[in-house]
Amino acid sequence: MSDLTVSAMADLTASTDRSRALSAFKLSDKTFYWLTRISALTVLFILGGIILSLIVGAWPAMKTFGFDFLITRRWAPQLSPSPILGALGPIYGTIVTSFIAMLIAVPVGIGIAVFLTEFCPPSLRRSIAIAIELLAGIPSIIYGMWGFFVLAPFMTDYFMPAVIAIFENVPVLNVIFAGPPSYLSLFNASLVLAIMILPFITAIARDVFETVPHMLKESAYGLGCTTSEVVKNIIIPFTRTGIIGGIMLALGRALGETMAVTFIIGNSFQISGSIFSPGTTISAAIASEFAEASGVHMSALILLGLLLFVLTFIVLAAARYMLARLEMKQGK
Amino acid sequence: MEALYKSRIRKDRTTKLLCLGAAAFGLTWLTLILFTLFSKGFAGLSLDVFILTTPPPGSKTGGLANAIVGSVMMTTIGVAIGTPIGLLAGTYLAEYGRHEKLSFYIRFINDILLAAPSIVIGLFIYGLIVVPMGGFSGFAGSLALAVIVIPVVVRTTEDMLNLVPNQLREAASAMGLPRSIVIRKIAYKAARTGIITGILLATGRVAGETAPLLFTALSNQFWNVNLMKTMANLPVTINNFVQSPYQYWQQLAWTGALIITLAVLTLNIVARVLGSERKAS
Amino acid sequence: MKFNTILSSSLIAGMAMFGLSNVQAAEITGAGATFPYPIYSKWADAYKTETNNALNYASVGSGAGIKQIQAKTVTFGATDAPLTAQELAKDGMAQFPMVMGAIVMVVNIDGVKPGELVLDGKTLGDIYLGAIKTWDNDAIKKLNANVKLPSAAITVVRRSDGSGTSFNFTDYLAKVNADWKSKIGVGQAVEWPAGVGAKGNEGIAGNVAQTKNSIGYVEYAYAKQNNLTYVSMINAAGKKVSPSLAGFQAAASNAQWKSEEGFYQILTNQPGDASWPMTAATFILMYKDPSDKAASAEALKFFGWAYDKGGKAAEELDYIPMPANVVTMVKAMWAKDIKSK
Repeated sequence: MSDLTVSAMADLTASTDRSRALSAFKLSDKTFYWLTRISALTVLFILGGIILSLIVGAWPAMKTFGFDFLITRRWAPQLSPSPILGALGPIYGTIVTSFIAMLIAVPVGIGIAVFLTEFCPPSLRRSIAIAIELLAGIPSIIYGMWGFFVLAPFMTDYFMPAVIAIFENVPVLNVIFAGPPSYLSLFNASLVLAIMILPFITAIARDVFETVPHMLKESAYGLGCTTSEVVKNIIIPFTRTGIIGGIMLALGRALGETMAVTFIIGNSFQISGSIFSPGTTISAAIASEFAEASGVHMSALILLGLLLFVLTFIVLAAARYMLARLEMKQGK
Repeated sequence: MEALYKSRIRKDRTTKLLCLGAAAFGLTWLTLILFTLFSKGFAGLSLDVFILTTPPPGSKTGGLANAIVGSVMMTTIGVAIGTPIGLLAGTYLAEYGRHEKLSFYIRFINDILLAAPSIVIGLFIYGLIVVPMGGFSGFAGSLALAVIVIPVVVRTTEDMLNLVPNQLREAASAMGLPRSIVIRKIAYKAARTGIITGILLATGRVAGETAPLLFTALSNQFWNVNLMKTMANLPVTINNFVQSPYQYWQQLAWTGALIITLAVLTLNIVARVLGSERKAS
Repeated sequence: MKFNTILSSSLIAGMAMFGLSNVQAAEITGAGATFPYPIYSKWADAYKTETNNALNYASVGSGAGIKQIQAKTVTFGATDAPLTAQELAKDGMAQFPMVMGAIVMVVNIDGVKPGELVLDGKTLGDIYLGAIKTWDNDAIKKLNANVKLPSAAITVVRRSDGSGTSFNFTDYLAKVNADWKSKIGVGQAVEWPAGVGAKGNEGIAGNVAQTKNSIGYVEYAYAKQNNLTYVSMINAAGKKVSPSLAGFQAAASNAQWKSEEGFYQILTNQPGDASWPMTAATFILMYKDPSDKAASAEALKFFGWAYDKGGKAAEELDYIPMPANVVTMVKAMWAKDIKSK
C-alpha cells in the first residue's frame, strides 16, 4: 500500500493499478465469503443428508410394518417369507436405561457441582474438577470393557442378590427388582451409563452455577443463610432453566450411547419387569445385528436408527431452547 | 430459636456431607476405572505391541501395529477433512453472519450434530459411501470421523473468533484492508490458540470412537494402508478381542485400551494447557 | 549427526514396512462362520509359511458371511448352515464342505469338571426354552446323581448374531425336544426365549468363562483351546458320550454326500452307539462364474492344499477332515463348475 501516495494517485497508470488491486480484493473477498458460507451451509447439508439417508434406508421397513413397528415386541428376523420385527424391546431398554442412569447421575452430578462451587477448598478445586473432566475424556468402549469385567461381576454377586432379598415381599418393587440376577442386565448398563454422563452434568451445572451474580449470593449470606440454604433458595431457582437444559443434554448423550451399553446389556429382545434381567437398547441392537442384516431386517435397523435420531433431536432441541432462555435472562 | 438454628445447622451439614459424598462417588469410579485400565493394560505393554500385527486366535505372540497405524491414519484424515470445513463454517458464523437468521439455524443444527449418537453417523456414511462403493473401506471410516469433527471445530472456532475484540478488526479495516484479509491475518492470528485447542479436542474425541467405524471401516487382521479396503483400527479391534475367550487377545485388548486412553487424555491435557496459556496472556 | 541417523533409519524402516507388505503375494479374502475359525487360521498360518500367500478370513458369523459373498465383497463365504440347491442356483454359487466339527455345551459351575455333567437333548432344550431355570432342577439331577449341583439360576448364553452354529444347534434341539420344535424351530437366528446374546463362538466362550452358573454352545476347539468345562451328552442310541474325535467321526461316517445337491448335509443326532449328537459340517460358498477369476483360482488352490495337507492340523484341534472320496467329488466339481478363465 506504500505506493498509494498522493502523487501516485494522480498518475493514470497508478489508478489503473489501484482499481485492479481493488477488484482483485473484491474477488478474493467474494470468494472467501462464499467459501465460508458454503462451509456453513455444509452443516445443514450434513443434517439433511443424515435424515434423508436414514429415511431412504428405513423406507422398506416403514412400508412393511407401519406404525405397528413401535408396539410390536417380537423380533424374529429369520422368519420367511417376511420377518416379524418390532421396536418395543429396544425402545423399552433405551428408555429404562436412560431413566435409571439420569436418576443416579443427576443428583450426584449436581452435588459435585455444588461441592466444587460452594465449599471446596480452593487449592483442591482445580484438581478435582480436572479429575471429573477426565471421566468425560475416557472413550466409551473402555467403560464397556470395565463394566463387563469389573462392575458386572461385583454387582451381580453382591449388590443384586442383596436388593432382591430386601424387596422380595414388597408389592410393586419386587417385580422391578426381581431375580434371577443376570451378569448382563439393564441395571448394570444403566450404572455404567450413569458414570459416563456424570461429568457432563457436573460441567454444565458448574457453568450455570458460576453465572449466579455474586451480589445475590452475598446478600443471602449476609442475612445469615447457611450454604445449603443459599443453594436451595438462590442458586438452584436462579439456574433452574439452565440445569434442566444441562440434564436434557446429558439425556441426549445417554440415549445414543452405544459401546458402553452393548457389552453389558445382554442383547435380549425380551421385556421383563425386572431391571436385573437382560435387555437391549436401540443403539446396542443396531451395533449387534447390522453387520449381517440384509433386506427388511437391515431396513428395520435403520428405522431404529431414525427413531433414535428423532428422539435425540427432540431432546437436544428442548435442551438448547432452555439454555438459550437462561442466556436471555442474563441479557446476553 | 435455638432449636431452629440447630436444625438449620444440621441440614446444612447433611447437605454438605451428601455433596462431598457425591464428589467422592465420582472420584471413586474414576480411580477404579483408571486403576483397572493401567494394571491390566500395562502388563501387556511391550515393543511387540507396536511392531507386530494382530495375531490369529490362540496365538501367543502378536501385537496391534496394524490397528494403531490404521487408527492414526483414519483419525488424521478425518481431522484433515473435517477441520477446514469446520474452520470456514465457524468463520462464517462469527464474521459474516453473526446476526443473521440463517446463522441462528446453522448454530442450532450444529449443536444437535455435536451431540448426535455416533452410531447414526455410521449408518449415514454406510448409506452414503459404503453401499455405492460396494464395500467397506478406511475411506468411509475417515469420512465418518470427519462428520464428527466438523461440529466440534465449528463451535470452538466460532466461540474463539467471537472473543476477538472488534477494535482489532475495525483498526485493520480502517487501514484499508479488505474483509477477507482482516479475517485471515488478524482474527485468525488472535484466536489461533483457541482454534488449535478446539482441533485437539476434536481429535481426542474421534480417536476413541468405535460405533462410527463398526460398519464403515470394519476391521482387518492384516497390515493394510490402502484406504479403499477395510482397515484395522484400535477401537473395533479391541471390541473384537475383548469378548473372546483367548487370553492373549484379551491382554492385547486391554493394552490397546490403555494406549487409546493415554492418547486421548494427553490430547485433552495439551489442549487444556494451551487454553490456560491463552487465558494467562 | 544424531538427527540425520534417526531420520534415515526411520525412512528405511518405513520403506521396509511398505515393502514387506508388498512381498505378500496373493491375499485370499473370505468371511463367515466362527465355527471353523480356529482351524482356518491354523491352516492360514501354515499356508503362509509354505507359499507366502495370505488368507484374510473375517470371522463374522455365517449370516454375515453369506451376506458378504452375495454382495461380492469377498472371494468366498463360509457357513455351517448350508444353502439348499435352489438357493445356490438362484445366486449362481457352488457349495462344498471343507471340514467337520462338533458343537459342545460348556458350563461354568463351581466344582464341576469337564465331562462330569451329563445332559440329554430334551433337558437341554428345556433349559434353552427357559422351562428349567435352576441347576438343581429334578430333570438335571436325575441325569447327574453324583454331581453336586448348586441351587443357582442358570444363565443361558446363546448367539446374538446370525450363526450356522445356532442353525445346527437348533436343528438338534428340534429333533430331540418336541416343545422346541413347535415353539421355536430351526434357524441361524431364532427368537431365543431365554438368555443373553453373545457375538460369535468367541463371544459365547468368553461369556461362559466370565459368568458363573452359565451354559453355552460352542465349537469344540473353542472349549479345548480355552480349557472350558464341556458337558457329556446322551446320544440318539441312548448312550452317554463325551466329546472326542472318535465320537465325531462316528457321527460323520453316516453322511451321504451328494454333489448335485451342493453337498447339503446336516449331521445332528446321528445313529450309532459312539456318535456325538451335535456334529456338523462347515461349507464354503463360491461363485461358479466369479468376477475375479484369478482370486477365485487362488482360493481354490488354498482349499486344495487344505484338503491334501491340512488333515493332521485339523485332527489336532479335533476337527474331522473330509474323507477322500468326498474330496475327489469336490475337486471334480471345481473342475466342472467353477470357471477359472
